[in-house]
Amino acid sequence: MIDLLTIFVLAVFVGFEVVSKVSTILHTPLMSGANAIHGVILVGAILITGSAESTLELVLGLLAVFLATVNVVGGFVVTDRMLEMFRK
Amino acid sequence: MIVQLMYLVAALCFILALKGLSSPKYARYGNFIGAFGMLVAVVTAYVHGVVHNGLWILIAVALGVAVGIPAARSVKMTAIPQMVALFNGVGGAAAALVALAEFFAVPDSSVMFRLATVLTVLIGSVSFSGSVVTFLKLQELMTTRPVLLPAGQQLAIAAGVSSVVLCALTVVTPTGLLLWLLAAIGLALGVLFVLPVGGADVPIAISLLNAFTGLAVAASGYVLANTLLIVAGTLVGASGTILTRLMAQAMGRSLANILFGAFKAAPVAALG
Repeated sequence: MIDLLTIFVLAVFVGFEVVSKVSTILHTPLMSGANAIHGVILVGAILITGSAESTLELVLGLLAVFLATVNVVGGFVVTDRMLEMFRK
Repeated sequence: MIVQLMYLVAALCFILALKGLSSPKYARYGNFIGAFGMLVAVVTAYVHGVVHNGLWILIAVALGVAVGIPAARSVKMTAIPQMVALFNGVGGAAAALVALAEFFAVPDSSVMFRLATVLTVLIGSVSFSGSVVTFLKLQELMTTRPVLLPAGQQLAIAAGVSSVVLCALTVVTPTGLLLWLLAAIGLALGVLFVLPVGGADVPIAISLLNAFTGLAVAASGYVLANTLLIVAGTLVGASGTILTRLMAQAMGRSLANILFGAFKAAPVAALG
């Protein structure tokens, strides 16, 4: 449990640090990119569905897999479109 | 061992992605690295973590891709912020669903597990319903002006207090009913939270809800004892919080003023 807490605390500082010098025009793409990254909940959704024993777990898990996939692919694609626009 | 190593690779990719996205020169590479890390993480989870239902999972992923990519491709440039809000909302919903499913899978659990579960369900629900309201506002499917319900402030406080009480109750006596109730209160709380935010300030609310989803994902990492979810969720939670503050500063506003300012201002939009 302490191990997980350690990871959490360190990640907070890394998270603060990596975005501290972002320029104003990149605020929205950065938000969108971070949005795609929390789609990593897809990993959790796959793990929970892959070991589901009851129908309820299966239904909840599959819905989570679907929604998380939308989050991931939509997030990365829409971020790329935004950044493409910046280059021109 | 190999699984943990792959998760480490993915976590590093996510850090590099956020770093890249902060600089105009490397932003696009950053996004690619993030997507690559995600691919590594998802394939690892599927190959090493799936005992059964593999086909069902693939079908659900295929459906998600079939919905997500066309939505992201076809959206007009001007409508991108509300699209991001929707993607953020479904992520929050996914986190809440994962915690619900795990709750029913593990009958006798520790207090810490249940605490992480209730937090995931609550924050995930708030993020989902809040994001849907921001979408409706930016898409102009509802008024973009701040909406103040009669006694909205009291309602929000009541919802906040009852969510805390429900969290405590669920940790002490874990029953499915209480957890579903908590999810419902979370949904109401998200709506009450975003309604008073005016149109121009909505992107900042989206950024904050984005950070919320990150925290929900991190909490779900405790539920599943999965380090990658903790690292990635926390990264988004922390960077999203900073980003929200930077965005508010760029507009010359304080965050408190943006979120709660409508309660003090005189003009009020009609309901609905």
